[in-house]
Amino acid sequence: MTTMSDPQQGSFRLSMLLNDTRYRSYTFQFIALLLLIALMAFLGINLVRNLAEAGLNISYSFLYVPAGYDINQTLIDYNSQSTNLRAAVVGILNTLLVAFLACITATVLGVIAGVARLSKNWLVSKMMSVYVEIFRNIPVLIWILMIYTLMTAVLPAPNAFRGDNATSSMLLDAFAFTNRGIYIPAPVWGPGSMIVVATFVLSIIAAIIYRKYAVSLLFRTGKLLPTGWPTLAILLVPTILVFFVMGSPVGLDYPALKGFNFQGGLQIGAPLIALWLALSVYTGAFIAENVRAGIQAVSKGQTEAAASLGLRPKRIMNLVVLPQALRVIIPPLISQYLNITKNSSLAIAVGYADITATLGGITLNQTGRAIECVLLLMLFYLTISLSISAIMNVYNNSVSLKER
Amino acid sequence: MSDTHAASVPYVRESMLPQVEPPATAKGPVKWVHQSLFSSIPYTILTLVALYVIFVILSGFLPWLLGGVWNTGNIRECREVLDGAQGGCFSVLTDRWNQLLFGIAYPQDGYWRPTMAFILLFVAAAPVLFGSVPRQLLIVTVLYPFLAFWLIWGGSILVPLAALLSFAIGYVVYSRLVKSSFAGGLFGGIAVGVVVWFVAGLMTSNLTDVLALEEVASRNMGGFMLNMILGVICVSLSLPLGIVLALGRQSNLPIIRLICVVFIEFIRGVPLITLLFVANVVLAYFLPPGTNFDLILRVIIMITMFASAYIAEVIRGGLAALPRGQYEAADSLGLDYAQAMRLIILPQALKISIPGIVNVAVGLFKDTTLVSIISMFDLVGMIRGPILASTDWNGVYWELWGFAALLFFVVCYGISQYSQWLERQLQTDHH
Repeated sequence: MTTMSDPQQGSFRLSMLLNDTRYRSYTFQFIALLLLIALMAFLGINLVRNLAEAGLNISYSFLYVPAGYDINQTLIDYNSQSTNLRAAVVGILNTLLVAFLACITATVLGVIAGVARLSKNWLVSKMMSVYVEIFRNIPVLIWILMIYTLMTAVLPAPNAFRGDNATSSMLLDAFAFTNRGIYIPAPVWGPGSMIVVATFVLSIIAAIIYRKYAVSLLFRTGKLLPTGWPTLAILLVPTILVFFVMGSPVGLDYPALKGFNFQGGLQIGAPLIALWLALSVYTGAFIAENVRAGIQAVSKGQTEAAASLGLRPKRIMNLVVLPQALRVIIPPLISQYLNITKNSSLAIAVGYADITATLGGITLNQTGRAIECVLLLMLFYLTISLSISAIMNVYNNSVSLKER
Repeated sequence: MSDTHAASVPYVRESMLPQVEPPATAKGPVKWVHQSLFSSIPYTILTLVALYVIFVILSGFLPWLLGGVWNTGNIRECREVLDGAQGGCFSVLTDRWNQLLFGIAYPQDGYWRPTMAFILLFVAAAPVLFGSVPRQLLIVTVLYPFLAFWLIWGGSILVPLAALLSFAIGYVVYSRLVKSSFAGGLFGGIAVGVVVWFVAGLMTSNLTDVLALEEVASRNMGGFMLNMILGVICVSLSLPLGIVLALGRQSNLPIIRLICVVFIEFIRGVPLITLLFVANVVLAYFLPPGTNFDLILRVIIMITMFASAYIAEVIRGGLAALPRGQYEAADSLGLDYAQAMRLIILPQALKISIPGIVNVAVGLFKDTTLVSIISMFDLVGMIRGPILASTDWNGVYWELWGFAALLFFVVCYGISQYSQWLERQLQTDHH
């Protein structure tokens, strides 16, 4: 590999390109480069000839043409007259939305299952291993389709909620579970509501500052301030006061049955829920394994040493085990988040309008711009993956063991 | 001593008490139940909740499974037989069994062929997977790819025989030349193999009916068979490709390293479904005009590329985990790069990488269901398309999805259990 033979005497001969380790690497690289260029040229020439034959060209002007199709779940304003570009943006936001939601729930689920799998309670730990094995070993596409079937075939249609002898009823008069999706109350932002929100944000900052102050006071003087109830008070009291002083500007819009469907409130469509739940339980099983491995990686001696220093079990967990376990857990956790983002492209199977379904699905089929659409699609996922990897590398460097 | 005792202590036991059984609560099943289920109040609550959850699941699932109907022709007959009782219409599985396994278009009287190939797969895989199986069976492993191709795709046996011949002659050339130089052996072997392949192809092109089975086009493959075909072919092709990519990424030739890094990071950065879109709609633009090779082959290429990038990363981890001394030891023995890799580095690195490779293989096998999205009729595609859309079985969801889930679970769980067993077998350090 790195071997260097003795420098040879005499002038350069052509055979040295193959036989002399000093020059051989250049030969190989040159051949590899030539092959690569030849492959690229082959593909490029074919592309040009095929496009010319089909009378096509590479052009992105289709992005500014009205899309002509409707999307039922959007985060920004969109109608069928909006451009393809806007449809793609809707898709990007939807991808990010479902990935974000699924990351949160998968983490919660995975941490609970991973910790419960290590529980001394035999029944609970066995149940969790069954959960992990079942969900890890069955394709996520089957889970998505199963949960979607559960949503659309088992939940009642909206008209089951109607009439005097309705077969279904709303939960607390606020939540309706129908086969078109779940309807929940939506917040209504009245005038002055921004002040309430701003107060709440400021309270969060204040609570963080208070806790930091408590810790630094503890380290400087040894005085222990209570942190539990003051944090809660700082978080809630000012916001509630401002809320009533401003005259309750934030209200709730309840969904109600009007005509054939529910009106008002916030509709979370069946495809979104199916995708969200399926990605959560599927990835949750993987995260559970990561969490378990991480906790088991902290040697028992650490726990015992902490116990012999007189720390209580909760503090042992917080101060000794978790910081070391997190170092092991977080890198695979982030790659699971990446997997969620990439797996969210399966939305196309249940008709959730993510970027793959809008740009790579309907737009591609309507405009026939296959190369452009697939290229943009790949570019989007690449950007997300590479930026998350970059963040992960920075994090890894910051927490990696500083060895002497 | 004894005197003082006798004076000061009124009574001293002089014989040992017989051993007594521990109390009933501290031994056997009672202790186990106490310790592992009801050791404290929160644990007791947890246990009761878990028991309730199990009860709810089983009380819904068992009547459905045990009360199922297995022999009706369509969903209406099945509902009649059930007559409101709880039970599954498993007759969809018996009715559409062949479609679920082989797809719609595979010739009916040829079902024995993929079945045979499937059974032979175990025979061929056994000597690779288990060291205790007699080595003579490796012959079956070598012949298997050609045999399986002939069985599944049909046609004259001369085609796979010609391929086998070219591989054999190529290997002979390789083993002659490899003693002087690995690169010479490799390229010489490939070149001779290709020449033999062309010559044999020319010679056999007129003899299409020697031991011929009915030919089946690739687009007629379907059902779980398609998942198996894609899984087996792509995993076995991506392993050598992954090794090459991993070595390329580790090499100190900057251009080759750059090519490998870009390829791996690109493939790992995009979801498989976009690569399948490429196979489906884009790849044709990049091939010479008029080339028309079928979708299944394009999909195999794409999935192989996808899997090889992931396997390359796993193997790179194995290469990086080897102590530096192993590389230096190989160098100091005077081995060249190819020898060092083949004899010293790769055997150890691959051993470390086995769990990771198996994980990739399991993930890849699960990902073969994605081909249903580009309208190929694999198991999931069959269920979503022809079976659920037919008037006979429209509405029988859980039986079908449950069956698909069961098939995948059996295969994937089996593979992962095998890899854990293998890890224990290969453990050479002392723990």
